[in-house]
Amino acid sequence: MSVARFFDEMSYGPAPEADTEARQWLARHDGEFGHFINGAFVAAASGKTFDSFEPATGALIARVALGGSEDVNAAVLAARKAQAPWAKLPGHARARHLYALARMIQRHARLIAVVEALDNGKPIRETRDIDIPLAARHFYHHAGWAQLQETEFADHVPVGVVGQVIPWNFPFLMLAWKVAPALALGNTVILKPAEFTPLTALLFAELASAAGLSPGVLNVVTGEGETGALIVEHEDIDKIAFTGSTEVGRLIREKTAGSGKSLTLELGGKSPFIVFDDADIDAAVEGVVDAIWFNQGQVCCAGSRLLVQEGVAPLFHERLKRRMATLRVGHPLDKAIDMAAIVAPVQLQRIETLVAKGVSEGASMHQPRIELPKGGSFYPPTLLTDVQPTSVVATEEIFGPVAVSMTFRTPEEAIQLANHSRYGLAASVWSETIGLALHVAAKLAAGVVWVNATNLFDASSGFGGKRESGFGREGGKEGCYEYLKPKAWLGRKLRPEPVRAAPRPAAGDFGLPALDRTAKLFIGGKQARPDGNYSRPILSPKGKPIGDVGEGNRKDIRNAVVAARAASAWGSATAHNRAQILYYIAENLSARAAEFADRIVAMTGASAAGAKAEIEASIARLFSYGAWADKYEGTVHQPPLRGVALAMPEPQGVVGVICPPEAPLLGFISLVAPLIAVGNRVIAVPSEPHPLAATDFYSVLETSDVPAGVVNIVTGSAMELARTLAAHNDVDALWAFGSSELSTLVERLSTGNLKRTFVDYGKATDWMDRSAAEGPAFLRRAVDVKNIWIPYGE
Amino acid sequence: MEELAVRGAAAAPPVGAGHNWPRNDGVDLDLGWVLDQRVNLSAAERRVATLPGRRTVKKDAQAAWLLKAVTCIDLTTLNGDDTTERVKRLCAKARHPIRPDLLDALGMGDRDITTGAVCVYHRFVSTAVEALEGSGIPVAAVSTGFPAGLVPHDIKLREIEASVADGAREIDIVITREHVLTGNWQALYDEMRDFRAACGDAHVKAILATGDLKTLRNVARASLVSMMAGADFIKTSTGKEGVNATLLVTLVMLRMIRAYQERTGIKVGYKPAGGISAAKDVLNYQFLMKEELGREWLEPDLFRIGASSLLADIERQLEHHVSGAYSALNRHPIG
Repeated sequence: MSVARFFDEMSYGPAPEADTEARQWLARHDGEFGHFINGAFVAAASGKTFDSFEPATGALIARVALGGSEDVNAAVLAARKAQAPWAKLPGHARARHLYALARMIQRHARLIAVVEALDNGKPIRETRDIDIPLAARHFYHHAGWAQLQETEFADHVPVGVVGQVIPWNFPFLMLAWKVAPALALGNTVILKPAEFTPLTALLFAELASAAGLSPGVLNVVTGEGETGALIVEHEDIDKIAFTGSTEVGRLIREKTAGSGKSLTLELGGKSPFIVFDDADIDAAVEGVVDAIWFNQGQVCCAGSRLLVQEGVAPLFHERLKRRMATLRVGHPLDKAIDMAAIVAPVQLQRIETLVAKGVSEGASMHQPRIELPKGGSFYPPTLLTDVQPTSVVATEEIFGPVAVSMTFRTPEEAIQLANHSRYGLAASVWSETIGLALHVAAKLAAGVVWVNATNLFDASSGFGGKRESGFGREGGKEGCYEYLKPKAWLGRKLRPEPVRAAPRPAAGDFGLPALDRTAKLFIGGKQARPDGNYSRPILSPKGKPIGDVGEGNRKDIRNAVVAARAASAWGSATAHNRAQILYYIAENLSARAAEFADRIVAMTGASAAGAKAEIEASIARLFSYGAWADKYEGTVHQPPLRGVALAMPEPQGVVGVICPPEAPLLGFISLVAPLIAVGNRVIAVPSEPHPLAATDFYSVLETSDVPAGVVNIVTGSAMELARTLAAHNDVDALWAFGSSELSTLVERLSTGNLKRTFVDYGKATDWMDRSAAEGPAFLRRAVDVKNIWIPYGE
Repeated sequence: MEELAVRGAAAAPPVGAGHNWPRNDGVDLDLGWVLDQRVNLSAAERRVATLPGRRTVKKDAQAAWLLKAVTCIDLTTLNGDDTTERVKRLCAKARHPIRPDLLDALGMGDRDITTGAVCVYHRFVSTAVEALEGSGIPVAAVSTGFPAGLVPHDIKLREIEASVADGAREIDIVITREHVLTGNWQALYDEMRDFRAACGDAHVKAILATGDLKTLRNVARASLVSMMAGADFIKTSTGKEGVNATLLVTLVMLRMIRAYQERTGIKVGYKPAGGISAAKDVLNYQFLMKEELGREWLEPDLFRIGASSLLADIERQLEHHVSGAYSALNRHPIG
């Protein structure tokens, strides 16, 4: 085209970023890459490779080693060998390493950005201006945590060897999110990049090695799903961190159940993007561009579900369609585009299929009349309106540049529609009224909420979801704990097998008989007969019957969950109010200390002094959580923007608790108290052999102003009740202390709604030891941190 | 890599300057609409900050866009030491802003490339009109007690009339900032209505002095009221405020122009002024115009740039494009 023609048309010409250096890097490796294990590239032991393609053209970009079990073993061995010396380095030394990695990323920023754009198909603007700078920031930030580890995490140690499986949508940024905290806090890593996008991880490993990172600290094993499975199931890996689909996340939870591996899952989403009628509409329209047409919509937290207040919906949609007409789709290395290629043909087909389904279910489809490049995998920006909540496109994650739009009438309805999802990753709220925006932000079931913004990320602020969007946080101090474990739990030993006394018949005599006390269940603030109307006898250590408790069954659990769900006001009660009630429980327990001590002696055969000590410890523990209730606070993060990110601990909701067999009162209180202190409602299954302390506790709860449904108690078989609780899709979390079989069962069956689990793998906790049995280690597991980003300014 | 498969919005049909868009006769003051305006600062900043990463032009396209920018420049001198000879020199530059050999090399030798207008104080209107005779280049006069706008209202009207009488075809008025800062939208509307009436057939550009208005909400509301009262263009600044044209206020003003068109069907023009002195800066303004308003707003009948030193930088860039070597100021005639 001539200058004159451009002058008349005023169109944008091609503006290609050079790929010379990237091609040279590929050529230096002859377009073929091995794994990076123990500081060097090595071919797959099997000699097998797989092909990686450029999404924009379909051309082969590299051949990459296909990881098999020998490769994974070698990587784990290298990581294991390196872990102790790496963890032993002073925090300052590791900080220097991470600092060097951050600097290294900045030095090679353009090379990484270009390789990433070629390999993934995303626009160079995004890799250059967003992904790579954020990755560098992540290493800087975590260099800081390494520096501070000895003081800030003095009571924690690294988890150990970590397997990390990352997705193809942000290959380099996800590497940073995973690798930076892991290494900073003294772990070593086996990283598996996605099969579609292995290149920048290999480039990073190569550059990191050149920057002085010791062999074995970071290992990259490339491969497909099978390779990932080998890592997930490897016995000598202590933790798995995974980002990817909810489907695979479930599988990982199932495969690792009972293994003792710590797990973080960052999974899918169908994040709401809520536009109120008092929003800056143009800003919200532009927000949609950043929400769903960022990275071609291949973003787990993409604002893919537009919820628009009915009165402004026509105007909003009109302006959105106008904006869509100005979007440009082109080659990833073009510097004048908004969108580039979908990562692979199979993903393109998935998008096409889902959109067709949505249209067949009644959605109106709008795609602007813009041309797409020929060849390669491209899909136009798409808006589906007239979408009903029953449609598959309203609930399924499309993972493409497709926004679906629905309307709402009131803030309450917006919240209801927004939360009506199996996911809970992110949300975006658009309103110029601060009260409305923050009210809605607080009520959304999401790990991240952006107020008048979308898709903001920073190393200082934790990212992660609720519900089936996974668990664990990445970034911020909250994210550091995912790579640490409490020192106090290191010495825990497997619980001894319980000794069951043979029942001995009670010998009747002709004295005045004891007055019968039948322990029922405690559901919704009332004592309730068990649904099955069966009882189980409770024996003293010598086999003497000392009472009967109800044999709780599935339906009792169901009823208890309904009661707990209905008690949601507890979560929004003031922290002061919750604190007062915990103190009051302690007060009322104290008044009956002697009676509870006698009961413990009778049930467990403990000495009188021992029983008294357990009661006193229980009272103190209630006081501790009364104290924490209004002190376990969030933080104000300082991401680089004019504004704040509020990290707010929120209760997880309805939580099941399987109490340990030992310490019948203290164990119960040590688990229930932290949960209710921060606003959860609990269904507790008391110590299976010694439940009477908990059933005696009903009347303490009743006299302590605990609202109905906040604490529900169902006695019976720990395994059976745990089975129902774990599979219950309206239970948000399940804590289970007992046998290792119990832990395995709970983790394995928790996959339906991906509930958070907290188990002890059969290892006994010393409940009298405050450092092991009380405090933030428990409170952290009782909450999810929600980060609310609030940019401000006028 | 040379021929990337780049596609964008289906190319609009070529649009040249000089259409006769219907003039903005204004509408009744709609206070509800004015007060409804909300601008989120952080979101606006984000749009502006990411735009240069989303749009760029290189090589021939860049040369063409810069030439187009030249045709939109209101070549301006507004200094206390202005004299007739100084103004004449400026007018000569307006007629021939780019060296003919450069235009030839760009394949544009056959086009009549001039600046969009020459902009002066009232005192020099007649000088400029004479100097520009036959060129078709309009003379714009700053008016209404420019730059502070605090002379008596009737004197402002007489100043406008005098400039029109001297041959000014465009009048750049300044609004009374007090009306905006105190939320007196009726007074702003009435004042602007009077200015518009006094202009007659001359087009009126309303200078909002955005640097004085401080908040984007004020800028949005003042933009809307000025258009309701019949402004043909809305303009950022006098060049004399502490902060003059920025991409941020531009974004807000363009969105108001779009909203006004949505409701009335009328296209209002836009003029950033002050502070745009580099070629790469003006490109970002052009991108914003094209993205937020569309292709039509890249022509001088809807887009003007108030600038004095911008032209010199564009000349250097164009010579660099032609020769491949970096240029120097003294290789281009002074304006």
